Amino acid sequence: MERVVDPLMKKNTSRDRSIAIAFLILLAVLAVAPFYAYPQFVMQVLCFALFACAFNLLIGYVGLLSFGHALYFGWASYVCAHMIKIGTISIPYWPGAWLVIPLPPLSPELGILAGALTGAVLGLVAGSLAIRRQGIYFAMITLALAQMMYFFALQAKFTGGEDGIQGVPRGKLFGLISLADPYTMYAFVVVVFLAGFLFIYRVIHSPFGEVLKAIRENEARAISLGYKTDRYKLVAFVLSTTLAGVAGATKAVVMQIASISDVVWQMSGEVVLMTLVGGLGTIFGPVIGAFVILTMQYKLAAFGEWVTVIQGVIFVACVLLFRRGIVGEIANILRVKL
Amino acid sequence: MFEIFGIPSTALFGQLLIGLINGSFYALLSLGLAVIFGMLNIINFSHGAQYMMGAFAAYIILQATGLGYWPALIIAPIIVGITGIIIERTMLQWLYKLDHLYGLLLTFGIALIIEGVARNYFGSAGLPYTLPDSLRGGQNLGFMFLPNYRAWVIAVSLVVCLGTWFVIERTKLGSYLRAATENPTLVRAMGVNVPRMITLTYGFGVALAAFAGVMAAPIYNVSPQMGSELIIVVFAVVVIGGMGSILGAIVTGFGLGVIEGLTKVFFPEASNTVIFVIMAIVLLVRPAGLFGRRA
Amino acid sequence: MKRILGLAALTAALACSTAHAQQINVKIGVLSDMSSLYADIGGPGSVAAAKLAIADFTKANPNVKVEMVSGDHQNKPDVGTNLANQWIDVDKVDMIIDVPNSGVALAVSQVALNKNKVFIVSGAAASDLTGPKCNANTVHWTYDTWMLANGTGTAMVKTGGDSWFFLTSDYAFGHALERDTSAAVEKAGGKIVGKVRHPLNTNDFSSFLLQAQSSKAKVVGLANAGGDTINSIKQAAEFGIVKGGQKLAGLLVFASDVAALGLPTAQGLTLTETWYWDMNDANRAWTKRWHEAGAAANKFPTMIHAGVYAGIQHYLKAAVALKGKLDDGKVVVAKMKEMPTDDVLFGKGMIDPTGRKRHDAYLLEVKAPSASKHPGDFYTVKATIPAKDAFRDPKDSGCSLVTKS
Repeated sequence: MERVVDPLMKKNTSRDRSIAIAFLILLAVLAVAPFYAYPQFVMQVLCFALFACAFNLLIGYVGLLSFGHALYFGWASYVCAHMIKIGTISIPYWPGAWLVIPLPPLSPELGILAGALTGAVLGLVAGSLAIRRQGIYFAMITLALAQMMYFFALQAKFTGGEDGIQGVPRGKLFGLISLADPYTMYAFVVVVFLAGFLFIYRVIHSPFGEVLKAIRENEARAISLGYKTDRYKLVAFVLSTTLAGVAGATKAVVMQIASISDVVWQMSGEVVLMTLVGGLGTIFGPVIGAFVILTMQYKLAAFGEWVTVIQGVIFVACVLLFRRGIVGEIANILRVKL
Repeated sequence: MFEIFGIPSTALFGQLLIGLINGSFYALLSLGLAVIFGMLNIINFSHGAQYMMGAFAAYIILQATGLGYWPALIIAPIIVGITGIIIERTMLQWLYKLDHLYGLLLTFGIALIIEGVARNYFGSAGLPYTLPDSLRGGQNLGFMFLPNYRAWVIAVSLVVCLGTWFVIERTKLGSYLRAATENPTLVRAMGVNVPRMITLTYGFGVALAAFAGVMAAPIYNVSPQMGSELIIVVFAVVVIGGMGSILGAIVTGFGLGVIEGLTKVFFPEASNTVIFVIMAIVLLVRPAGLFGRRA
Repeated sequence: MKRILGLAALTAALACSTAHAQQINVKIGVLSDMSSLYADIGGPGSVAAAKLAIADFTKANPNVKVEMVSGDHQNKPDVGTNLANQWIDVDKVDMIIDVPNSGVALAVSQVALNKNKVFIVSGAAASDLTGPKCNANTVHWTYDTWMLANGTGTAMVKTGGDSWFFLTSDYAFGHALERDTSAAVEKAGGKIVGKVRHPLNTNDFSSFLLQAQSSKAKVVGLANAGGDTINSIKQAAEFGIVKGGQKLAGLLVFASDVAALGLPTAQGLTLTETWYWDMNDANRAWTKRWHEAGAAANKFPTMIHAGVYAGIQHYLKAAVALKGKLDDGKVVVAKMKEMPTDDVLFGKGMIDPTGRKRHDAYLLEVKAPSASKHPGDFYTVKATIPAKDAFRDPKDSGCSLVTKS
């Protein structure tokens, strides 16, 4: 595979340094966060941060706006919760007839794996359909498919309708380490988050990632260079949905609930907002964005009537005035890449 | 009386007709989206919110001035259309040079604001709006009871849709519009004020949404969230039809209404997913949409 | 609110110095949906009801000092759990009340159990809260799905509506409502002649209504909620269902929904509620004060708001009886169950072993516009269902608290 030359390649060392510093700061914050903030809240932020990073992989580096990412997040959350709590899978293959696969309740890491698999499979199906169209159509198709699966989630038996799947046990990691202790749980979530975060970083800076960026800049040119762009887009899409699945599944373990509010279109909108506020196409932007939006949700909870309006205003302000987002603006001022 | 798949044919005719009525709303809304998209290259995510604004405006007009359904049918779209023009002048016009996705994100934000404000002032349960007296009652067609209001909906939306199609495809004004879509610089060189034309087009598209909202007010729940669910279905309709042609948007709107109506008879559980399934099939067979041109 | 607190603190301080009554500190959290679907049935109205309850109680009991926090769960179980956890851990909240939306309520009930605090449900409908998912820290105050289904189902059959057709929202909630109502109807001697399941958030009900019309059933039961109920009733009026002699039975309809429909459309609709603001002078007087306490002037209180008021009152009574020892939530709830309830809104009642608050329920019919004398004059009371029949027998609840004892 031929390597697309990155104009920034010369400054690679300085870029790496700024990112390395920012990453160290992130690690330091993660190390002390549970002692200053509510651990449950920090874990929730990390799940959404990973979700936003996965979403950013598409919009920021391939230029694909998926407006239905809640589909993978929410469904992975359902599957993970079900596998940890119940285990046994029943699939109706004919009205009234069920294919039953008896399974014991899984341990959390296998549950998250099941969630990741859910994200991957759904992403493969939805992605193969959506990449047949570009730009705005792509956004509308992903939204429509997500809405379809939302209705399906409501009707399916195992999701529990608007009650959701409640009381999901945290269980024992690898059957050994109990996750009941909040700090053990926190350490586990940090590991999952960092693994996903570093994986995305690695993908973006691989030859594969360079091709993705080339597609974002000019798809026609990438095609004329001989790249099968549809395949690249599909792989990127599936990677993104898989990671969104990991995030959703982890959230089910953290919150011990899988609920319908993670599958609705508003959630797809929220992850767009998080990424937009943090900075599209920046490595750290989605993390900051997730933190800002979730903090806002809690701080505004006391005078809740205006939450939707404020979110709308932030959307408008970001699009009109701060298209770079928080991290993008900081990076621009410091003249570094973040 | 004969039966089709166990359903009496008379009932089937009734359902077909009802589907057509339902389709009128899809047609009106997807037409507005197509008109806006044609001129501005923006997918108007706030279309659902503006549809809701139309219904709310009808209610406010009734409360404030006592003017009923008929005046509201004219006044509400004009008022909402003007707010659309303000949105275009103050916000949308700065985005034309950017990636189209920003237009989608901006209008999404606007939709959230409109919905949130409506909820704060009017609550979430909804507002009462009754049928106009002149359209109460209905006709017994032998195979079904057709409320007069439904007959009115189908007639008026057909007229509005075909009228819009006629103006855009068959008149001089329409030819300017279409030319400006293809090559704005050239049209401007010919002395046409293109930015104003864009503004008015957006205003008109928004007014169409509001018009549909007023039409919906007597029969659907007038609540802040009435538009947001509908707009996602309309997006799917637009993907199926393709936004290449005005007529395409209209035909797909009505057609999908009928298909959805039939699903409600044969397999009601799937009636709100059927349009999405059709969308998936169309994407497999004809990625550009039924009436679309390959971009 | 600050003013009320200040006043309460002042009177409390005065009382302390004079009567040497023991100072009792309580902190209450009102967790509701402030910004979306359920904001009208709970939301800011619940906060106003809570303020009123606190003001009334501290006036009568100056040695009690009550603080209140309120929050918006945004209909997200995770936001609800986090807020509940933080309130209990950081803000030292003793009791959480309201929580419309069953998903969030079930989650918060779990938090109350884990942290051993008290949770009083007013806003949520799920009868599972005092059924298979009951616990010793939760009290379900106002209403539940079993009561709605049973009340409307039984009463309709008794008044001659003995054949039913269901319009059911196609998810767990609708299915449960349909199942419970069917059981009640059949037990009372009626029969189910048909049903159709419609997806959630359906705009157009006409094809379902045509099916209901041709079924010739005497009653069309609406096993759905919110926007779906409003849409189906609006379009039923358009298709002349009620004019044609069929009755509409709303299985989950609030006063705010009737306001949203308007009487011309909603007239003739039958429904069950446990509290109606215009039923007697006490309720009307309370409604006036509810408006003064900050509730929107153009709205009328729902039974959920009344439940928040009454629930807080009863909780505070238990707090006084326990001399302010509120650390063990299970003990507080046990005390609440032990004491008979008595308040201006629901009258005398009790809390059964499952945590179910039992009081009378009313079968109501929406008035014709001509019969309605003033704004908010919505219903005629058709029947009173006594507390013992209105709610599920604890024996049939499937709640572990009953089988154990």
